[in-house]
Amino acid sequence: MSIFTKLMEKPWLAQPEGADPALLQPPPSYWPARTALRFLLVTITVVFSLFIMTLLGRSQLGDFHALAGEPWLPFDNPTQLWWNTGILLASSVVMHAALVLLRQQKQQAAALAVVGSAFLVLLFLLAQFAIWQQLETAGFGMTSNPASSYFYLLTAVHGVHLLGGLVALLWVLKRFWQQQSLARIQSSVRLCVTYWHYLFVVWLVLFALMTSSSSTIDSLAALCGF
Amino acid sequence: MTDSAIASHDEHYQASFGSKYIWSQDHKVIAIQYSITAIMVGVVALVLSGLMRLQLGFPDQFSFIDPSAYLQFVTMHGMIMVVYLLTALLLGGFGNYLIPLMIGARDMVFPVLNMLSYWTYLLSVLVLLASFFVPGGPTGAGWTLYPPQAILPGTPGADWGILLMLISLGIFIVAFTMGGLNYVCTILQARTKGMTLMRMPLTIWGIFVATVMGLLAFPALLVSAIMMFLDKVVGTSFFMPVIISLGETLDHTGGSPILFQHLFWFFGHPEVYIVALPAFGMVSDILATHARKNIFGYRMMVWAIVGIGLMSFVVWAHHMYVSGMNPYFGFFFATTTLIIAVPTALKVYNWVLTLWKGNIHLTLPMLFAIGFIFTFVHGGLSGLFLGNVVIDLPLSDTYFVVGHFHMVMGLSPILVLYAAIYHWFPKVSGKMLHEGLGRIHFWTTLVGAYLVFLPMHYLGILGLPRRYFGMGGTEYIPESAQALNANITIAALVVAVAQLIFIANVIISLRSGKKADPNPWGATTLEWQTPDNPPTHGNWGPEAPVVYRWAYDFSVPGVKQDFIPQNVPNSAVEVTDAAAFAEAGK
Amino acid sequence: MAIAIIILLLVIGTVIFHFISPWWFTPLASNWSAIDNTVELTFWITGIVFVAVNVFLVYVIFRYRHKPGLKADYEPENKKLEGWLTLATTIGIAAMLAPGLYIWGQFVAPPDDSIEVEAVGQQWHWSYRFPGADGQLGKVDTRLISEDNPFGLDPSDPAGQDDILIFSNELVLPLDQPVKVLLRSKDVLHNFTVPQFRVKMDLVPGMLSSLWFTPTSVGAFDLMCEELCGIGHYAMRGRVVVKAQEDFDDWLARQVTFAQTQDRVAGDSALGRAHYQVCASCHGAEGEGNQALNAPRVAGQDIWYLRRQLHNYQQGVRGTAEGDQFGGQMIAMAGLVADEQSMQHLLAYIDTMPEPARATAEGNLNNGRQLYRNCVYCHGEQAQGIYHMNAPRLAGLEPWYLARQIGYFRDRIRGGHPDDFYGAQMSLLVQSLRSEEDIADIVAYINSLSAAD
Repeated sequence: MSIFTKLMEKPWLAQPEGADPALLQPPPSYWPARTALRFLLVTITVVFSLFIMTLLGRSQLGDFHALAGEPWLPFDNPTQLWWNTGILLASSVVMHAALVLLRQQKQQAAALAVVGSAFLVLLFLLAQFAIWQQLETAGFGMTSNPASSYFYLLTAVHGVHLLGGLVALLWVLKRFWQQQSLARIQSSVRLCVTYWHYLFVVWLVLFALMTSSSSTIDSLAALCGF
Repeated sequence: MTDSAIASHDEHYQASFGSKYIWSQDHKVIAIQYSITAIMVGVVALVLSGLMRLQLGFPDQFSFIDPSAYLQFVTMHGMIMVVYLLTALLLGGFGNYLIPLMIGARDMVFPVLNMLSYWTYLLSVLVLLASFFVPGGPTGAGWTLYPPQAILPGTPGADWGILLMLISLGIFIVAFTMGGLNYVCTILQARTKGMTLMRMPLTIWGIFVATVMGLLAFPALLVSAIMMFLDKVVGTSFFMPVIISLGETLDHTGGSPILFQHLFWFFGHPEVYIVALPAFGMVSDILATHARKNIFGYRMMVWAIVGIGLMSFVVWAHHMYVSGMNPYFGFFFATTTLIIAVPTALKVYNWVLTLWKGNIHLTLPMLFAIGFIFTFVHGGLSGLFLGNVVIDLPLSDTYFVVGHFHMVMGLSPILVLYAAIYHWFPKVSGKMLHEGLGRIHFWTTLVGAYLVFLPMHYLGILGLPRRYFGMGGTEYIPESAQALNANITIAALVVAVAQLIFIANVIISLRSGKKADPNPWGATTLEWQTPDNPPTHGNWGPEAPVVYRWAYDFSVPGVKQDFIPQNVPNSAVEVTDAAAFAEAGK
Repeated sequence: MAIAIIILLLVIGTVIFHFISPWWFTPLASNWSAIDNTVELTFWITGIVFVAVNVFLVYVIFRYRHKPGLKADYEPENKKLEGWLTLATTIGIAAMLAPGLYIWGQFVAPPDDSIEVEAVGQQWHWSYRFPGADGQLGKVDTRLISEDNPFGLDPSDPAGQDDILIFSNELVLPLDQPVKVLLRSKDVLHNFTVPQFRVKMDLVPGMLSSLWFTPTSVGAFDLMCEELCGIGHYAMRGRVVVKAQEDFDDWLARQVTFAQTQDRVAGDSALGRAHYQVCASCHGAEGEGNQALNAPRVAGQDIWYLRRQLHNYQQGVRGTAEGDQFGGQMIAMAGLVADEQSMQHLLAYIDTMPEPARATAEGNLNNGRQLYRNCVYCHGEQAQGIYHMNAPRLAGLEPWYLARQIGYFRDRIRGGHPDDFYGAQMSLLVQSLRSEEDIADIVAYINSLSAAD
């Protein structure tokens, strides 16, 4: 039943005794953690979208210079960022592998995969930090230019979300450690997989945006009405 | 309830005092914690407004109010009232208490998260209050915190005050997100058997939509707070253009202050409805219950709540008609703003039509609810002036704005909150609030506050600018404006003192109030059908309730009683006239 | 039952209040009568709804209040009624919105024959710029702002050379001439509002905003900042004076262009020494001041401030008020340097004077510091004075003089003249000093500050 037909219901009308569809229907699948995660992802999406919208708005003011598009700009040749992307992708893939392993009832291997994925996330964060330092020494510090400010800001916010994921992972590992039921572990790993993939996609968007040339950013901004 | 029943419940829930009342995960206790904290910080904001009014009514009589202090009072009063009192009390307080009880759940789906939400909220309040004690005091940038002035010298609290404000807001948003996810998931997943979406009481609809809006709107505040924080601390230039501040050229380069305003109001306007929608919902249920009549046009009410929630995301720039943004935006936002008035007006009609042909019991909750209709009509109509872009030109930034938003989102939601407190207090505490004190409280609050905010509209039309420490000498402001301002102050002080009557009433009634029946108002919704009064941990005893009907079966034809609780099946209804009963669609 | 009566009384009271309220729009002085009409129309529509809904509410409460045996009706919804109400509301809304949008359409499109003038806002003053003979405003950049170039005009832009600069909070405009005001801010948000003109717009640093109107009556109108801009927000007042076209032209012709401000000849202190001999008899050979003769210290004071005060004396802005007999004495003295060149020389000489020794002052320094927090933004941490804030140096001024001037400001002996904008601002600000002790304390605190410029 779509949300629209639901909203058209006339709730005051009595349902025949014993034939009330509301009582006959099986209860909806109970997985509040997944509902919460979905809403959380929507909220996080709003956060990143707003950051990106302000970036596009800000890009139309005189002092904004994109970080790519000209040979002397740091992200004109983003090899380093590609490496980092690879690390994060690996983390995502390994997390997914953990789920597959769980489906094959290989708890121990799955636990290892989860730990490996966490390790890869940490590696990614370190690599991002290394890029910060390179930028800083190349003269693209936090306050040098709004585009740089946004790079630090967006990568930091993305990193905080990854760290948040790692904290949540502690709960998952606890479930492994306590050898809770396979179903419980599997459901929490499934949520982690969703979150990991999501943050990977967010990173791709940020990556694309930060390595865009001025003209690309200008046309995006024009598209958004700035 | 018998003693053995209490004992059997306590077996389910053995707990020390600490885990029962302090580190509690019970939604009812958390709701009370939220409410008490919010009301306490609200009292601070009330005192601040009194101080502010003293300066405006009797300028230069009070040596401790100088221009800096005045702006600090204004700012903290506004921010506390909007965010830390109204949002927290409506969603953290009433949301927490009512959601599980009204939908027939035993608790929130994430009790630990719920507890964390409260403690995080408390932390945000403490950080906010700490700004009163740091060098320079709290920020005086106005509750809108517009940069550049919010973070530049020339504004009080531009060093520590504003940082603590931003940090506190950040913490609050985290707390809200934890709570909000809980409310949404609980409503979507933990409804008891038979509780379809369209059988939910409007209170739940209001809270649900407001919470979803909060989850979408608070990020904008977070984003703007983070960026302003960086502008202040690190020296970035997100919002900061080239500025020569107090004679010194700053290092910022071409940022855009208007960008902040867009972000702020993308949060700020939905925030108005985050406050309003739960109030709309609660007042609907209170009106129906005390008029013994079904809410008129339930479906329209639900659609209006959802519609207002959606629309409120495309009206934000009506706060910015004279901000210097592209003036062509004015056409779009004026149109959307006036369109949103239609569903809002329908809600008002439906409230009045609910009373029409009802059986109106003028109980305390009903008085407050009727008072709400009156002030909300007034405030809503004065909003049509400000929303209509061209009328905003003379009226923006004047007392008219102050009068309007206090009427519509200050006084009105607060009247609903009082209605709700008088309505649900018997359930929460098991005691009735004292009737006489309540009536004194109601009359002084309604009449007094109306006398405060009505004249402000006219001072605004005259052209008195808001946020002025003193009017000084002008050609166009007559002496009589000051006299009117003095009268407003007196009315405001009377209203402020009247709130003490309410607090006294709560304390007296808790200690020696009349014991309340489990369902003193004859309400249909589930929270009144709990086996214990007040409800105990787990809410429902061994069996969760099953819902057979919507929440508004009042005065159904052919039925002996004038209400049928939601958990009563047709077979258990005492029907006196089967034909009439059937004709009513039962 | 009481509720029905009270609500009815509140409605009647509101309507009566509306009609007898003396607090209403100030008389219109611009072309925007359409805005007033829209407001009027909106009042009628909303007023009728307000009365109708509430009177119906009162009737309903009265008619259907609980009586024994009363049973409520049962009617879940009434599509037809709701439909009609939706329709009526929509019509009412459209009736208000349509004229609103139509008039907004006029507001966003200034007429082709409008003249341009720029209003520059800063904490907490106004200044203005006319385009000059070429009709074009020169380029500006906040980074170019300096003591010699307070508008930040680009010296290399030829269009800016003939720009006419108004270093005052007062703007003069011609009657019946559409004016497009370009708005620019040096520091924070401000707002350009003249209540009688009805229109307003924010000034945003880093960008240009604008509004337009046609003044339709001669007179002087208060210009208010209506966007919170810091502690001096309420004191950020200006004035718009509307004059007939020829009076306006006369006025404009007397104002200086940017080019003229740039080639002001520097004063010669050697020549100024001779001019100073007259002053020395009261203010002292070293400019150290003399309390017995009621002559304040001038050594160490900001030159631009002394120039402004000499101009004020010359123009009768200062020293003419009743009660300011010492200021009155200065009027004749200031007349001795009536030509700009002599004044430059005199000021150049005063600028060479060494800093005199400090007097002592008794007072509660802690209270003084607390009170000074509202002064610090303009006069500086060390009371050193800030040119860009138009705020003179206070450190080093003798305590007796400071106290007397604060008293003058409080009693509007100083700051009461309509052209003394900075003085008027001080009158507003010293109101937060509530007692003689407060004045003594703040004077003692200022005296304790050492202004190393």
